[in-house]
Amino acid sequence: MATVDQSHTGALPPEVALVGTKNKSGSLQRQQRIWGWIFLSPWLIGFVIFTAAPIIASFIFTFTRFNLGDGSVTFVGLDNWKMLFSDPLTLTSLGVTFKFALIAIPFWLIVPILVASLLNSKSVKGKPLLRTLFYLPYIVPAVSAIFIWQSVMNTQAGWINRILRLLGVQDPPAWLQNESWILVAFMIIGLWGIGNAMLTTLATMQGVPTELYEAAEVDGAGPITKWRKITLPMISPVVFYNLVLLSIGVMNYFVVPYIVSRGTGQPGQSTYFFNMHLYKTAFAYGNMGYGATLAWLIFAICLLITIVLFATSRRWVYYSSGD
Amino acid sequence: MAAASKEAKSVNTSPFYSHQLRKFAIISIMTMFTFMLVFLFLLPFANMSLISVKTTDQITEGATGLIWPMEPITFSYDGDGDGDLDVYDQFRVPMPDGTIMQLALVQPGRQTSQFLDTANPEAGLITWEGNWRGLDRVTELHPHFENFSTAWNMLDFPKVFRNTLVIALFGMVGTLLSSICVAYAFARFPIPGKNIWFIILIGTIILPSQVTLIPTYAFFAKIGWTGTWLPLIVPHFFANAFNVFLLRQFFMTLPRELDEAAMIDGAGPFKVLTSVIIPQSWAAIIAVGMFHIIFAWNDYFNPLIYLLGQPDLLPISVAVQQFNYQYGPRPELVQATSLMAMVLPVLLFLFAQKVFMRGVVITGVEK
Repeated sequence: MATVDQSHTGALPPEVALVGTKNKSGSLQRQQRIWGWIFLSPWLIGFVIFTAAPIIASFIFTFTRFNLGDGSVTFVGLDNWKMLFSDPLTLTSLGVTFKFALIAIPFWLIVPILVASLLNSKSVKGKPLLRTLFYLPYIVPAVSAIFIWQSVMNTQAGWINRILRLLGVQDPPAWLQNESWILVAFMIIGLWGIGNAMLTTLATMQGVPTELYEAAEVDGAGPITKWRKITLPMISPVVFYNLVLLSIGVMNYFVVPYIVSRGTGQPGQSTYFFNMHLYKTAFAYGNMGYGATLAWLIFAICLLITIVLFATSRRWVYYSSGD
Repeated sequence: MAAASKEAKSVNTSPFYSHQLRKFAIISIMTMFTFMLVFLFLLPFANMSLISVKTTDQITEGATGLIWPMEPITFSYDGDGDGDLDVYDQFRVPMPDGTIMQLALVQPGRQTSQFLDTANPEAGLITWEGNWRGLDRVTELHPHFENFSTAWNMLDFPKVFRNTLVIALFGMVGTLLSSICVAYAFARFPIPGKNIWFIILIGTIILPSQVTLIPTYAFFAKIGWTGTWLPLIVPHFFANAFNVFLLRQFFMTLPRELDEAAMIDGAGPFKVLTSVIIPQSWAAIIAVGMFHIIFAWNDYFNPLIYLLGQPDLLPISVAVQQFNYQYGPRPELVQATSLMAMVLPVLLFLFAQKVFMRGVVITGVEK
């Protein structure tokens, strides 16, 4: 970055360089710096007000009993942190969230790669149309998508179960009422969001230099070998980026279980996700201090996941020497 | 056709031709497979569209219900001779001579039933032997498009659209103004510690939003902004990492010579931004604007918490969800509102998909 800045002043046309004495170009630098801070200021101010200060404030809140209704703040020491371990719903909701992560992330990670591979194949025609159609559901607002899927997953009249019955499945599942199927159903609903991951993976695949494939062909590699040995390593940085976003996204998962279960986390407690616990604690029961503690817990977990992912990324993410 | 296949047989021995044939077969199979896949993927849209034009009764028929919005055809005729028109259901009736006639059922019975010939009702009643319940009803396609206007009026879509558009457009202006400035700063100015600032900016993408949620909410409650649109609009005037990243990548591809030429002509940094950078960057700016509108259209959580108890201010996401909870027993209205709620973002995307998808690729690939 610094080299770029120097080349910026260095690239000034000779006339300017001749006119400006050394002193003057120094003042130009200073002026440029001031303008830089001015243009940067919207984000800097926003970062302080909406990110840095709230992170610190929410940490302070974890040591208080803070009632928004009357504005009373009582210092309670480590009570909130101790409560994390005695509150059974915390453990339950973490369990639901991690179980869902294990079910959903593999599919949400791999399906976009497979679709992108199909759309990158020379043997598939009509790619621009297919790409738009696979992307389209991503644009559909979550609320619409949820009600659309609720209808398709209806136990009796829903199309999924009608198709399953046609295929000979005697007793197709009650997708959204059954504790053991509902998380699978959420995973399927989430497949409508593969658009971005598919598109970025596809763009990366198209950027792989054709010489690599040609060289492999000369060595007698078939399509599957080429895919495994060239395509997969070349897209691994995008896959890694998607994995990070997905992991954080699942820890934040809220809208689908909230709307489908009408905020109850039913059936049983199978859709009582961590974020629903946080929402209920803070906004339904007004317990902001404990809510902030839950927020910090999930923040710490996300941080840990990110660090672990980055640490392991050296083993499987391939960065070409150009980067 | 026959000649062609004969020809194919006669040249089949050529290795080049068989190679071509094999390639053609692979292309057909792969293309068909991919289109099948996308068909299944989009099938829920068909389900939504068909349900939205049915009646409640048609939907609640359950597993045996028809997929299409079919309605029985009736036949109006003064069958009993009292001077009033009577309405009869029509059935497909197999006649003793093997033909199938379309008849109107006048007098149903267990063993025999009385029918009227719809083509020739004057001929009088036809007696048919057998149980009429085993007969097929004559139906026709009859979509109830009025479900859309019913849902439109019941949910008060004009008000909800206005609310959503105000939130989305003001937020869009905010994110454009601020993100363009910040991206300009990162792309062109020598700021001390710029690399670190940039990493912090990108880091906010993977920051889970819960950790800032409660203090931010408390702050907005303290200054009396909860229950208004301000918490949904004002934060966007402070730039956003995705948009800054996209615009910065775009600005960096613009040649500096043009900036410098303008500076020699006496243009200040603001003038360079408005007369050199922005005119070359419309593709990226439109993409950012669209991202924001689609985000605001889709955003559910923020309006849910900040507009609690303000039913008149709700944007489309929360309003549709509340309506659909209330009218759950009327699936046709639920599907009609879900469809109307997605029309604008989908159209916006289809019209500008090239710009949109390029924006996605820049933010997703280049990190």
